[in-house]
Amino acid sequence: MAFYENVFTQVQVQPKHPETGEGVGDANLARERFGTPILSYWAGFIGNAQIGPIYLGGLGIASVLCGFIAIEIIGLNMLASVHWSPIEFMRQLPWLALEPPLPKHGIKAFPPLAEGGWWLMAGFFLTMSMLLWTARVYRRAVQLGLSTHMAWAFLSAIWLFLCMGFFQPLLLGRFSEGVPFGIFPHLDWTAAFSLRYGNLYYNPFHMLSIAFLYGAALLFAMHGATILSVGRYGGEREVEQIVYRGTAAERAALFWRWTMGYNASMESIHRWGWWCAVLCPLTGGIGILLSGTVVDNWYLWAVQHNIAPAYPHVFPATVDPAATGVPQ
Amino acid sequence: MKTTALLLGGVATALIGTALIFTPGWNLHKVHTVQTGFRGLSVGEMSTVKTDALRKAANALPDAIDPAEAGGKKATEVYKNVQVLTDLSAAQLDRVMLGFAAWVGGDNGCNTCHNPDNLADDSLYQKRVARQMIKMTRHINKDWQPHVLQTGVTCYTCHRGQPVPKGVWYNPAPATAGAATNNRGFGHPAGAANGYTAMTTVPFAGILDGKEPVRFQQLNALVAGPGPSIQTTEKTYSLMMAISYGLGVNCTYCHSSRVFWSWSEGNPLRVNAWQGINMVKDLNANFLAPLQAEWPKDRLGPTGDGPKLYCMTCHQGAPKPLLGAQLAKDWTELGGVAAK
Repeated sequence: MAFYENVFTQVQVQPKHPETGEGVGDANLARERFGTPILSYWAGFIGNAQIGPIYLGGLGIASVLCGFIAIEIIGLNMLASVHWSPIEFMRQLPWLALEPPLPKHGIKAFPPLAEGGWWLMAGFFLTMSMLLWTARVYRRAVQLGLSTHMAWAFLSAIWLFLCMGFFQPLLLGRFSEGVPFGIFPHLDWTAAFSLRYGNLYYNPFHMLSIAFLYGAALLFAMHGATILSVGRYGGEREVEQIVYRGTAAERAALFWRWTMGYNASMESIHRWGWWCAVLCPLTGGIGILLSGTVVDNWYLWAVQHNIAPAYPHVFPATVDPAATGVPQ
Repeated sequence: MKTTALLLGGVATALIGTALIFTPGWNLHKVHTVQTGFRGLSVGEMSTVKTDALRKAANALPDAIDPAEAGGKKATEVYKNVQVLTDLSAAQLDRVMLGFAAWVGGDNGCNTCHNPDNLADDSLYQKRVARQMIKMTRHINKDWQPHVLQTGVTCYTCHRGQPVPKGVWYNPAPATAGAATNNRGFGHPAGAANGYTAMTTVPFAGILDGKEPVRFQQLNALVAGPGPSIQTTEKTYSLMMAISYGLGVNCTYCHSSRVFWSWSEGNPLRVNAWQGINMVKDLNANFLAPLQAEWPKDRLGPTGDGPKLYCMTCHQGAPKPLLGAQLAKDWTELGGVAAK
């Protein structure tokens, strides 16, 4: 009997003939997918050794196409910004940007290409790509007889993406507030957003979002560790063991009840994880939407609501020199 | 198959591991921290033996020049075409000229500005610019004591022996042409200007040579009306990075990082920095901008503008230029306040 007891998956299933998933639906399932499946030793290290066949379908093809257009718009504009030099493109790649429109263009749908038009187009196609992929995930799940948790979870991430890049700028009446495309540029935007709205750490929805982010990570660490540790009793077959005694499932439950007096069930731990993960971008998006529309300075908001701690002043009292009219 | 794959994997891991170990700029010296604010708020300055030594070496002082003998004839009586230093004696003028040759002369000494065959000749642009720079130095020492205190400045503060000081700036040329996104100067690394962020590489334009505001944070909790844009924010952010880099200090040298706008939570040194920004605006507008017609082509920026100042020009990476050396007290000729 093979065991799962290492940091990577030691057990690989390498069937003589790659399987196509008969027995989970009608025969159309096999017909709609394409590509000759292959078995990869490396893929088997971290998951199933079999790659393919894949189903793309209309939604999948449209999604990949939109994503490709978006990446092309972003990449070619970045290449233009280094005078089409491939070497400079590689060297400066982390810094390269496709910036949103100038503030003066407001929410104009078609500003000049050089002044944000490309950014709007890239954003449109990237959004379409993600929404089409959501629809595809939804449809594939229904086709396989699953419920649609995956599509809704993905939508939560898209919600945050759109809050930052579209909804909040739209509410402020300036697409210039959106997130630039680029590796460092979008991180700089994040820091600037916090500065602009008086320190985002004092935004309660940012606090919630962080709590759910850390919560999701903690729960996944606990759950992953639990399941791996009961792998020797077949614990990875979680749900089918719920109703039996002495199984991996019962031992895992017992472990946590002994350790902290309470345990999630084999089913509920996945709900905990799903909700923590989904609520992270959901609450974060609300925090973004409230910035600049309702609250302009989260630090002062936190002072008003007795959230911001007051530290002793160790420097001599200083006042704004611009307000006192000191000689220049 | 399995062996080859494992071998390949091992090689890849070794390569990535080596890159991870050797590419970051590890700091092998002990970091010395000076806490300046309340405990736990990360308000402090950091240095190492190495950064201290580098800073000291970069701020070596020029040789002192003996004071001029008192009295004697006026410079205007001895020399022709003296236009700015008219209040000096001939001995004082000689002394000042010795200083200039050492401070800004570079390899050519006096001949950087003067025609050796006729010292009164104004044909070199450097000489015409120098007149304006002398006026500027006196203006700084006399009118900008809120920033330079009585430490004052001489030509050497910025020039460090060279005709063109390090750390001048020009307006940027657009990176792209035609329909490609112009990004407004964003999206490129420029350590001295934006601290290796992707924010604007010339955050000075419009602020240090114009009337654009530096402040963007709103001092009311709830929205009272349309506020500044993220672009304004990033520009100020870049400007602050340029100040930080120019002075060799962290944000927390002046600011409380949780509430950047607050004067009461920050270090009073910030008032001095605020005066510095005002001073740079004044100098760019009233001393550098009027020189526009004097610059030859190779002194102009990519869009045809002349060189301009910012914090780096004098500070050159030190919190106090030349580490606070009191140079100007020996140079009353340049408006320095004499030692008491």
